[in-house]
Amino acid sequence: MSTPMNKLLTAAAVAAWIGVAAPAGAAEAPEIPEHDWSFSGMFGTFDRGALQRGFQVYREVCSNCHSLDLIAFRNLAALGLSPDEIQAIAEGYEVEDGPDDEGEMFMRPARASDYFVPPFPNEKAARASNNGALPPDLSLMVKARKGGADYVYGLLTGYEEEPPADVELMEGMYYNKVFPGHQIAMAPPLYEGSVEYADGTEATLDQEAEDVVTFLAWTAQPELEQRKRMGVKVLLFLIVLTAMLFALKRKIWSDVH
Amino acid sequence: MANTVSTSPEHSGEGETRRDFLLIATSTVGVIGVALAAWPFIDSMNPAKDTLALATTGVDISAVEDGQRITVVWRGKPVFIDHRTAAQIESAESVPMDDLPDPEPDSERVEKPDWLVVVGVCTHLGCIPLGQKVGDPRGDYGGWFCPCHGSHYDTSGRIRKGPAPANLAVPPYEFVDDSTISIG
Amino acid sequence: MEAKTWKNPVIAWIDYRLPIFSMMQADLVDYPTPKNLNYWWNFGSLNGIVLVIMIGTGIMLAMQYTANVDFAFESVERIMRDVNYGWLLRYMHMNGGSMFFIVVYIHTFRGLYYGSYRAPRELLWIIGVFILLAMMATAFMGYVLPWGQMSFWGATVITNLFSAIPLIGESIVTWLWGGFSVANPTLNRFFALHYLLPFVIVGLVFVHLWALHVHKSNNPLGIDVKGPQDTIPFSPYYTIKDAFGLGAFMIVYLAFVFFAPDFFGEPDNYIKANPMQTPPHIVPEWYFLPYYAILRAITFDIWFVPAKLIGVILMFSSILILLFLPWLDRSPVRSARFRPIYKQLFWVFLADCILLGVVGGHPPEGAWIPIGQAATAYYFAHFLIIIPLLGIFEKTRTPPTSISAAVTPGGVGTKIKEAAE
Repeated sequence: MSTPMNKLLTAAAVAAWIGVAAPAGAAEAPEIPEHDWSFSGMFGTFDRGALQRGFQVYREVCSNCHSLDLIAFRNLAALGLSPDEIQAIAEGYEVEDGPDDEGEMFMRPARASDYFVPPFPNEKAARASNNGALPPDLSLMVKARKGGADYVYGLLTGYEEEPPADVELMEGMYYNKVFPGHQIAMAPPLYEGSVEYADGTEATLDQEAEDVVTFLAWTAQPELEQRKRMGVKVLLFLIVLTAMLFALKRKIWSDVH
Repeated sequence: MANTVSTSPEHSGEGETRRDFLLIATSTVGVIGVALAAWPFIDSMNPAKDTLALATTGVDISAVEDGQRITVVWRGKPVFIDHRTAAQIESAESVPMDDLPDPEPDSERVEKPDWLVVVGVCTHLGCIPLGQKVGDPRGDYGGWFCPCHGSHYDTSGRIRKGPAPANLAVPPYEFVDDSTISIG
Repeated sequence: MEAKTWKNPVIAWIDYRLPIFSMMQADLVDYPTPKNLNYWWNFGSLNGIVLVIMIGTGIMLAMQYTANVDFAFESVERIMRDVNYGWLLRYMHMNGGSMFFIVVYIHTFRGLYYGSYRAPRELLWIIGVFILLAMMATAFMGYVLPWGQMSFWGATVITNLFSAIPLIGESIVTWLWGGFSVANPTLNRFFALHYLLPFVIVGLVFVHLWALHVHKSNNPLGIDVKGPQDTIPFSPYYTIKDAFGLGAFMIVYLAFVFFAPDFFGEPDNYIKANPMQTPPHIVPEWYFLPYYAILRAITFDIWFVPAKLIGVILMFSSILILLFLPWLDRSPVRSARFRPIYKQLFWVFLADCILLGVVGGHPPEGAWIPIGQAATAYYFAHFLIIIPLLGIFEKTRTPPTSISAAVTPGGVGTKIKEAAE
């Protein structure tokens, strides 16, 4: 029962608490396999190629059911697209505007300052087209799920043709290794060759999943690169300043010690 | 652990100098840190990215006839677009600079002479001058008239008479093509 | 106030009319502070600085936030994406809240260990408990403002607790909500109060420091200051020590802000609030988990009192009991340094609090229920049984006669100090 040992045990308990309580909740969640991401770690960045390919996957596959409400066309500049390319993309969509001088609402081509147009006008329409299920907005998905990018990647690559013997699949559901409860209403959205990449990269399932998850990691955290760059500078500055403060403290206290 | 400061002369002199340098250096780094830290707080009050994105407005002018004036909104303010007649252009170009409280040739206020684009806010105290609608008073110089304190603007939007100190402001704009102007 | 004559005529002119400079000289520079304070004494000033950071970032955020259920979530995302450095302000405010509780808990536990709540500092301690309560109210309401799933459902669960009050409970809840569920009136008033309470906290901190300056700081030995040989001026000694501590703190704090900004948070709060769909696990922020565990520990009625009401009473009591600590603890010495049994039980108590936090983070099922109940029982036993009994029966060691005797090498106090460690 010596004090230093108690302190050590307490420190361990604190560490355990932080490890457990901070992401508190999902006791029975399936294990999520880890994946390497270009944007992980202190020096992580978004691979531009992956972002653009992922955007292509979103547009051609996911956007048929999933909205991206928090992203405006002008945000796509971060993917390396030029203002002309962005305008061309925006003009492919129509948004409602008005009223005009007759008091009527009208449709016009979208501009860079407009936001992505959702596939359904409202929740009921979305549910009606999806057997009662509501495809969630994807803008924040990577931050809104425990496991983040690893989880979304695991989900997209985690479908099984046949569920294990002891699982009874409900009607209209699909078996997924990573989704909590293992039964998911969304049919596998990605297959090998679901898209034909504009840059010629081979479109395997893993590639498509990695690219679209990188894209979604960007939609959830567009500030990531600036944040990490600034963080490195700030921490270096603080380490230097704190070291100087420590030296000054020792100097000032030298006549007391 | 002595309570008293060491009193030997060389030691205290050298120690004091080192302490002073460290104090000055540390304080300087600290002050720089505070200034760097203050910037995000201040900059967060500057226009945000979505506000800046709406800072440009495109206007379709294909339906605006000769002699017709329209008003559009740009950055929350009215902008007067005047499809000037030949007579109005002529009178705007022929005014001598000495007659103008705020001298400025018409050619410097337009991209194309038959289109005048000015911010419809009186440079006196900010009222919106009359002259856009059919039947509005246009003042003594055929342009616009501000009812608040009686400023008269001419067909180039320049102040001619009244308390306003400056000509109606010309916003940054360009002709995207013959039927579209992009303001801002 | 009369001792120093100011050389600068402007300062002298002001000071003669409003002695602010003399006050700063007396309370921040000359102020006699025990010379033996360790780094656990840094956390008081650190609390003050975190409060300033929270108010500063909070005001900047309030310039951009909209407190209406249709716009709140989106206004926060606008701050994150469109406002210059908005993501930085938001993450600083979010993580600053967690840091504030880490610092205040350490500060409180320092007080528990060294007997800082003992006479004549009882009122100082009591004011501190009120600061903690005000912080908790502020944090609770602040968490509702982003209007995520946890914001909404956490608010629903906790405000519903008040319905446990007999007779008037339901009316109180309706009054709190401003309606029949957590909705726009609730959000709006929480925003108003969340902006107000920090300034109440500032007032409480002022009174807290005023009380502190009467009898001055406690110290690790828990013995009174006997004279100027025991103290050193606050400036430069503790100003520089606090500045260094602040630097170390900023490194930890900003490491979270820049590299793990969502570490303390819940992913569910990045989903917009949906009153029609409850998340699988409703969890409060980590700093509320121990109280959440105590609340849920009572699963049985006692006589005619419903379990829910007992849980609510115990939850509030877990903090209110701190108010009585100066009278529950009757030990002849203040500091745990000279209390061999209390010293061990302090760590047990800390482990119990952490265990309560772990319990609070798990759904109330299986083994977690009896564990939570045992941990809750121990928590109250620590204050109501262990501390009073220790006061009577513990064989305490003898503290040194004075601080200066204890810290002078070879002095009488040294051997006692070594033995105590």
